[in-house]
Amino acid sequence: MSDKKSDVLLDPLFNNNPIALQVLGICSALAVTTKLEPSVVMCLAVIFVLVGSNLSISLLRSRIPPNIRIIVQLTVIASLVIIADQVMKAYIFDVSKQLSVFVGLIITNCIIMGRAEAFAMQNGPGLSVIDAVGNGLGYSVILLATAFIRELFGSGKLFGVEILPLVTEGGWYNPNGLMLLSPGAFFIIGIFIWMLRAWKPEQVEEEA
Amino acid sequence: MLEHYLSLGVKAIFVENMALAFFLGMCSFLACSKKVETALGLGMAVVFVLTVTVPANNLIYFYLLRDGAMAWIHPSLGQYDLSFVGFLSYIGTIAAMVQIVEMTLDRFVPKLYSALGVFLPLIAVNCAILGASLFMVEREYNFGESVVFGFSSGIGWLLAIVALAAIRERLRYSNVPAGLRGLGLTFILTGLMAIGFMAFSGIQL
Repeated sequence: MSDKKSDVLLDPLFNNNPIALQVLGICSALAVTTKLEPSVVMCLAVIFVLVGSNLSISLLRSRIPPNIRIIVQLTVIASLVIIADQVMKAYIFDVSKQLSVFVGLIITNCIIMGRAEAFAMQNGPGLSVIDAVGNGLGYSVILLATAFIRELFGSGKLFGVEILPLVTEGGWYNPNGLMLLSPGAFFIIGIFIWMLRAWKPEQVEEEA
Repeated sequence: MLEHYLSLGVKAIFVENMALAFFLGMCSFLACSKKVETALGLGMAVVFVLTVTVPANNLIYFYLLRDGAMAWIHPSLGQYDLSFVGFLSYIGTIAAMVQIVEMTLDRFVPKLYSALGVFLPLIAVNCAILGASLFMVEREYNFGESVVFGFSSGIGWLLAIVALAAIRERLRYSNVPAGLRGLGLTFILTGLMAIGFMAFSGIQL
């Protein structure tokens, strides 16, 4: 793999993370992370849509008239989300019920629009797919880490399997209810961003 | 009847606040909350567009997309269930509505138009707008309920973003640890605000 390709793939993981640095796609990152299982499904769905939209938009890029490009991009993305949604409803109905509206909200997930607009419109299909996978992974890293912490400390389980036996079931662990509520997600992601920026100081924001 | 609407409205504004309980519209919520003025402009645009698009999508869902919804055109059309193209039509409606609202405002209320500025086109891709339409479909609100729901979830979002912007303006002169500056601190602030809003949970009128 050449330097450029590996840069495109690995940069979004920590150096230019879509959630922590570019502030994209946060809505779904917070809402689905109370449990690991729906988060994994959500990550796969986002990666699928991201790869699909980057590939098709990059193939179409010289044919899309610039002044209606947003509508074209939205249509491509919405169609891919419909496919993902229908597949999920057919094969994993329970998880799809848990994700409720958030599958549909992949359409307005800014990561997908952002990558289509910023990368796929200028680059060839091969590189665009790599970029899509990279950004999808960057998104997944944060999502899965948050879900891991929230499920483990919030309900003492991972993927629904008991890890820390709960007090209510005769164990010793008293679950932290805050983790399951929305503020918990904000705190965890805030602290993640802090950790990431302590590790990579060049990402620190200047005083406004 | 009125009580039902009132309770729905209060619930959408405080208890199930779009931004703080469902994390919808987070991207612009975090990005445009540096100044109270911009926050207010964006918030008003969201209220406006939500009030228009949620009822519009409600009509589309009930008269075109729902299982057997088209029977009113011709009985033979009653066998179709088009709900799978829902996403595509909602986002299309939203994009079209935003465009129409923009042109109408430009023509008739140029003052408001210039005040909203660049935010108006941007909210076509704000997840709060699509999210409200999807919630409306999932909870099967009728037309009246969807008007109330759209308007009050917009108000709830406006309230949250203006409050956050006000806090951030005050924090400008405080000494924040380097890594937490900007985005990190905003997340934690939003978390604290969400705890505050949780005090409203369980309220029924």
